Amino acid sequence: MPHIYIDGRLFEAKPGQTIIQVAYENNLNIPHFCWHPELSVAGNCRMCLVEVGFPKRNPDGSIQVDADNRPVINYFPKLQIACATEVSDGMHVRTKSERAIKAQEAVMEFLLINHPLDCPICDEAGQCKLQEYAFKHSRGFSRFDEEKNHKPKRVIWGPNVIFDGERCISCSRCIRFAKEIAKQDVLTFVQRGDRVTIELHPGTSFDNPYSMNVIDICPVGALTSRDFRFKSRVWDMSFNDSICEGCARGCNIKIGVRQNQILRIEPRGNPYVNRYWMCDYGRLHYQYVNENRLTSPMIRIGDKLEKTNWTEAVNSVVERLKPIQPNEIMFVASAKATVESNYLLVKFAKEIIHTKNIDLLEHFDETFGDDFLRCSDKTPNLRGARIVGASSTSHSYRISQLPDLIREGMVKALYVMEDDFDDFPELYELLDEIDLLIVHQYNLNNKLTQKADIVFPAATYAESEGTYVNVDGRVQHFKPALVTRNNLRFMGMKMSRLDKFGAFNDRWSQFEYRDVRQSWEIIQMIANKLGAGWNYRKSEDVFNEIAQHLNEFKGMTYQLLDTHFGVVVGKSKNPDPVVPVYESHYMKPD
Amino acid sequence: MNRIENTEHQRLTFWEKLYLPEIAKGLGITLRQMFKPKFTRQYPEERWEPTGSYRGRPVLVLDEDGERCVACGLCSRVCPALAIEVQAAETEREKERYPEKFEINMLRCIFCGFCEEVCPEEAIVMSKDYELVFTNREDGILGKDKLLVPIHKLQDRLEFLREYK
Repeated sequence: MPHIYIDGRLFEAKPGQTIIQVAYENNLNIPHFCWHPELSVAGNCRMCLVEVGFPKRNPDGSIQVDADNRPVINYFPKLQIACATEVSDGMHVRTKSERAIKAQEAVMEFLLINHPLDCPICDEAGQCKLQEYAFKHSRGFSRFDEEKNHKPKRVIWGPNVIFDGERCISCSRCIRFAKEIAKQDVLTFVQRGDRVTIELHPGTSFDNPYSMNVIDICPVGALTSRDFRFKSRVWDMSFNDSICEGCARGCNIKIGVRQNQILRIEPRGNPYVNRYWMCDYGRLHYQYVNENRLTSPMIRIGDKLEKTNWTEAVNSVVERLKPIQPNEIMFVASAKATVESNYLLVKFAKEIIHTKNIDLLEHFDETFGDDFLRCSDKTPNLRGARIVGASSTSHSYRISQLPDLIREGMVKALYVMEDDFDDFPELYELLDEIDLLIVHQYNLNNKLTQKADIVFPAATYAESEGTYVNVDGRVQHFKPALVTRNNLRFMGMKMSRLDKFGAFNDRWSQFEYRDVRQSWEIIQMIANKLGAGWNYRKSEDVFNEIAQHLNEFKGMTYQLLDTHFGVVVGKSKNPDPVVPVYESHYMKPD
Repeated sequence: MNRIENTEHQRLTFWEKLYLPEIAKGLGITLRQMFKPKFTRQYPEERWEPTGSYRGRPVLVLDEDGERCVACGLCSRVCPALAIEVQAAETEREKERYPEKFEINMLRCIFCGFCEEVCPEEAIVMSKDYELVFTNREDGILGKDKLLVPIHKLQDRLEFLREYK
């Protein structure tokens, strides 16, 4: 095990590690642009230059010491790049010495020579590595009087990515990402010297399913998202941690919100699930949260759905459930809903309604899955829903039998939570034949909403707190990012400055607080109306009960899930170790 | 024994205590002013024209080739009163960003001039406009139609900024 000194502090390193890796694992930051822990080392930005040296030795092999009994270090005459210099025992590294700082300032001045400094226009401003380093490691002025280079701007690389050649600092992170992670080797440097730029191979397009990750790893604003371009400044948005619900992988994400609308989704590092990446589908799959939402409970009166309030909707459910026998009711749980909601639905069905007829729909799309992150299971919580008992047993009806059951009049009432029958379209026709259809839905234009008798507006994942169990059985906790009337006082939710300080008469604070609730809250209201006497005040209460009752979740708490990047089912005693997560560039102010 | 010393009454001289001569003196001052030059203006017929250093209503500069603003949002960020709202969008022009919406809430504005100071494009400046009358809250929010002012009307302020900013 080599021991090295960085800025006088002793660190233990693994053989073969580079200086920058050792520093990053010990929470020291050596300035760099092109290095990324998941990509190969290119060593072309020269930002991570450090002084490297070894102790001087006497002819007899002992280490020379000075008058203060400290070893005399013999530093190399030239600086080394920390990202490509492997550590060796006894190595001394200085990252903040005069020579290293001078080198950093020189590199910054060199990079800024041809950088357009159009920060007011650039989407990256506010979370730009170059901008950040211009504050930290630059002298603040340029000696370059000549005209800057002009390169192609607004080059469309693919369906989701736009390239700006002038802003590019040629770090090659995107080229390496395309080659090594996305496995679509279509990017390359062309030209030389100050004219160097990045181009696609002729006749190709940067259209792989993971293409938008290059936007995140780009240290400057050279790569921007076609979807997001100029929608908002980063400092006007809030970023709350969540879990992607596009497929069963459960990639960790941050949701960028302004005026209670999701503007963009970006990946959050989780070494055990998605590393630092996510797919474009997950990033762009948020419109249904912003648009066409149900805003209040609705009851069918005649042919039309009429808006009503929560009490009346709950009363109506209770009243209309009365004439129906328990075994004539079928509950459809959902792999799209949280573990908490599914657990309470099962509890509600079994303990309050006394029926065993619970099942859930699977949404598989074999064309969607691949061997990297995307899964063919397009729901986030199929395993979680199964574990809490939301699937059929040999004694209960199965969802595949549902058409026959409805035709024979065996099922008269259907309770569908946060799911639709789009993969099962023949059911839509039959829904007219049943007596009562209760649904929890997100959207108004959903086919099931249009058919339902009683509609409850359910909170989407972006408005909920809860847990999902991903395809590998990892239980992951997420918190709300959007404000609803119900979670207004959710502890710790970040809100952007404008959203927080707007007064009632400011136009920018005129967004709607949707009157949606999480499914478990809705179920609790109905259950309590039927005399259950439940008293869950937040998702955590439900989860703690699950953790007590189910072996798979035993010993888990939200806090444990948060600190250990999620915990695999049944492994709460020995969760995966906490390791540092690399953050390429921070947003300022936090 | 709370006797108050040195009261207003004790300080008056004999002649002042007589009262009437002091009244005559006061009326004399009033009478004298009638023959001196006047400083009042016949507003609104007679208007005051401020100098370039005056910080009136903030406006957007309309250049020969269109608006200068690139919707960077710095004015909105720096505004201590949260008076400015900017929504950017993409355009085909060389500077690829422009404000789709730019609203200044004059009920919030405190005329500090920070927006002008922070603007990297010299696109928002304080004008000489001091007549800000509106009859309801909605009218107090000025959109781009009211904010854009041709550059020739703002020369004084721009010269002032170039000299002193």
